[in-house]
Amino acid sequence: MNFDFSDDQKFLGNEARKFLDGECTTQHVREVLNDDDKSHHEGVWQKVVEMGWLGTAIPEAHGGLGLGALELCVLAEEMGRALAPVPFASSVYFFAEGLMIAGSEAQKGAVLPGVASGDVIGCYAASEGPGNPDPAKLSVSFDGSKVSGTKVPVTDGDIATHAIVLAKEGSGASLVLVDLNGTGVSRKAVKTLEPTRSHAEITFDGAAGERLGPAGEGADLHGAIMNRAAIFLAFEQLGGATRCLEMATDYAKERYAFGRPIGGNQAIKHKLADMYVKNEVARSNCYYGAWAVSTDAAELPEAAAAARLAASEAYWYASKENIQTHGGMGFTWEVDCHLFYRRAKLLAVQAGAPKVWKEKLVRALELKNAA
Amino acid sequence: MDFNDTPEEAEFRAEARTFLEQHLEPKGAQPLRQRVSGEEFMKQAKKWQAEKAKAGYAKITWPKEMGGRGGTPMQQVIWGQEESKFDSPGGPFTIGLGMCIPTVIAFGSDEHKKRYVQKALTGEEIWCQLFSEPSAGSDVAGLKTRAVKDGDDWVINGQKVWTSGAHYSDYGILLVRTDPKAAKHKGLTMFIVDMKQQGVEARPIHQASGGREFNEVYFTDVRIPDSDRLGEVGQGWKVAIVTLMNERLAVGGSPGPDWSEIMDYAKQAGTMSDAAFRDNLADWYVAAQGYKLTKLRTQTALSKGQTPGPENSIGKIITANQLQDICNSAIEMQDHYGLMTGDEMPADGLFQQSFMWAPGLRIAGGTDEILKNIIAERVLGLPQDVRVDKDIPFDEMKSG
Repeated sequence: MNFDFSDDQKFLGNEARKFLDGECTTQHVREVLNDDDKSHHEGVWQKVVEMGWLGTAIPEAHGGLGLGALELCVLAEEMGRALAPVPFASSVYFFAEGLMIAGSEAQKGAVLPGVASGDVIGCYAASEGPGNPDPAKLSVSFDGSKVSGTKVPVTDGDIATHAIVLAKEGSGASLVLVDLNGTGVSRKAVKTLEPTRSHAEITFDGAAGERLGPAGEGADLHGAIMNRAAIFLAFEQLGGATRCLEMATDYAKERYAFGRPIGGNQAIKHKLADMYVKNEVARSNCYYGAWAVSTDAAELPEAAAAARLAASEAYWYASKENIQTHGGMGFTWEVDCHLFYRRAKLLAVQAGAPKVWKEKLVRALELKNAA
Repeated sequence: MDFNDTPEEAEFRAEARTFLEQHLEPKGAQPLRQRVSGEEFMKQAKKWQAEKAKAGYAKITWPKEMGGRGGTPMQQVIWGQEESKFDSPGGPFTIGLGMCIPTVIAFGSDEHKKRYVQKALTGEEIWCQLFSEPSAGSDVAGLKTRAVKDGDDWVINGQKVWTSGAHYSDYGILLVRTDPKAAKHKGLTMFIVDMKQQGVEARPIHQASGGREFNEVYFTDVRIPDSDRLGEVGQGWKVAIVTLMNERLAVGGSPGPDWSEIMDYAKQAGTMSDAAFRDNLADWYVAAQGYKLTKLRTQTALSKGQTPGPENSIGKIITANQLQDICNSAIEMQDHYGLMTGDEMPADGLFQQSFMWAPGLRIAGGTDEILKNIIAERVLGLPQDVRVDKDIPFDEMKSG
């Protein structure tokens, strides 16, 4: 039985935590929060680029470090814990991983080295307004060479250099790689609940694009990309939820009311114990997801859904009850609780809300049960 | 990251499986306990325990000179996993070997060890644990059963409750109050008690579920020689903590129907398309997987020779509540018909049976509330609850 990360992987995680504790504090996060013109923290981003983390799971042949999905999971937990205000998730979990799933060797060779070096910032454009994007009912279309229509919101769409676009093609859907600095692309930033991660509305007006993977297979490829991304996002959620439990526990020990620490009251103790239970359920499901994604296991669909659901629930509960435990202080701009509450919501909806994943999970269980 | 045994673990697992195959039937629809009389079950249980002990499987982590195998905690887990696949009548010995005998080893004299350990190991003698009382459940140190010194003996009067196996046990470890003038935790002492002697009376408790699996035990002028004391007079609470720390590592599966059973039923019943049910099913799966996988994390630590973290403490909070929810949901899915009980009901009536068992599971071995206190205090390091009775002589404490 070896259901744990290796010593090397844990070392990587510890080093990342030390680095982020110094270089990506909540003060850095607040520099982005408090400045409407800042889409991300350029200083933190440059350091992440220098560390080589963008290329963690990109093969050496394409300019990456050639490590694997497990190493990326370890880093994701730390990025989530630190609330890193950088386009790491977009560029790595969605864009680079998406290219590795759907792209040709030529496409990978052309773009992945740029992702690894930070010259390319990728994003993933699927949403078209309210509701989870249904590949069968898309408005954005692709005619084999050009993309038209509007995607909103696109995380990091304002700063990305490239996008993978989920678009209608004929009677099906395809994935399309678009250079966002080309003609026919207009973008404007949109405001969201989570200002430390930027979002945009992107309008394509005959923008040049090249298909990733076969025509009409966009729905399946999109599903495969979401399954993998869900697991990396779940690790970010786990990192955030773990930090919330620490914050709430520390505060409950220090804050006195009625002559003793509030953490001595069972109403608080049981709340934090519930948080612990949810976080452990999330951690175990995340580890299973890590195993499934690193081995490309047949269990990946249910493992991804369970990791995403457990981590979304844990982070939601931990982030809202962390505010509650902090009382009035927790509702101030200056105390960090709301940063986690905001990030928790972004991460819970950006690759499909829990409701969508519950349905995916039950379908996966039905398929398995029928087999 | 993988789920494989190390070569040594695989070898031990194969060995264990061969031994089990030679001695037991695989788990079938009806376990031995239900197929034969109580007397016959106990006869077979003792025979199985003796065979286990002879082959060194009765206490894998104990040193060989004590009748163990000198094995690793991971081997104990593997043995538990494999044994649970068979119709093993091991139940009657679990409490004795898991909690009582380790306490005897830790606090008993050489004579005690010589007299009791081997016979417990081979199943010749069965043990029970006598801690809880009608007025001392979660707050077990509030117990009232009295022991009064009389010459070289102690005279015991009082009542214990929720004692598993008291009616067939030969010996028990008994926590009693020896000094009612001392504060709650300080007036307790632990003894070994002969359960077959006069003055000890076990009466089955009629549970809310209808069953009678537990007992109340009455002590009337029962005499225990001072030489059968475990630990110092007044140190009984410290001894009890050691007993409770020895609760065996949970390796079992779910305590009743789980997400897969209710999913099977929903398919039969044609209710799989119900949106609210699908939503619940996903939640149950995620939590059940969460606990199942958490046990694998614990086993990983054992496999590497490390001390597991506290993560396993989430287990019963998840499983007991989930069992109750699943049974409730399955009954409501059957509407009015779901009220009916019996083997001919869907899933052999297990949903209805476990519906009545689940409330007990949420209480036994630590209530939800106490388990959350334990997580809060011991894992998260939050302050202890206010204890207004801490420094008050026991006989001046309020009770009710």
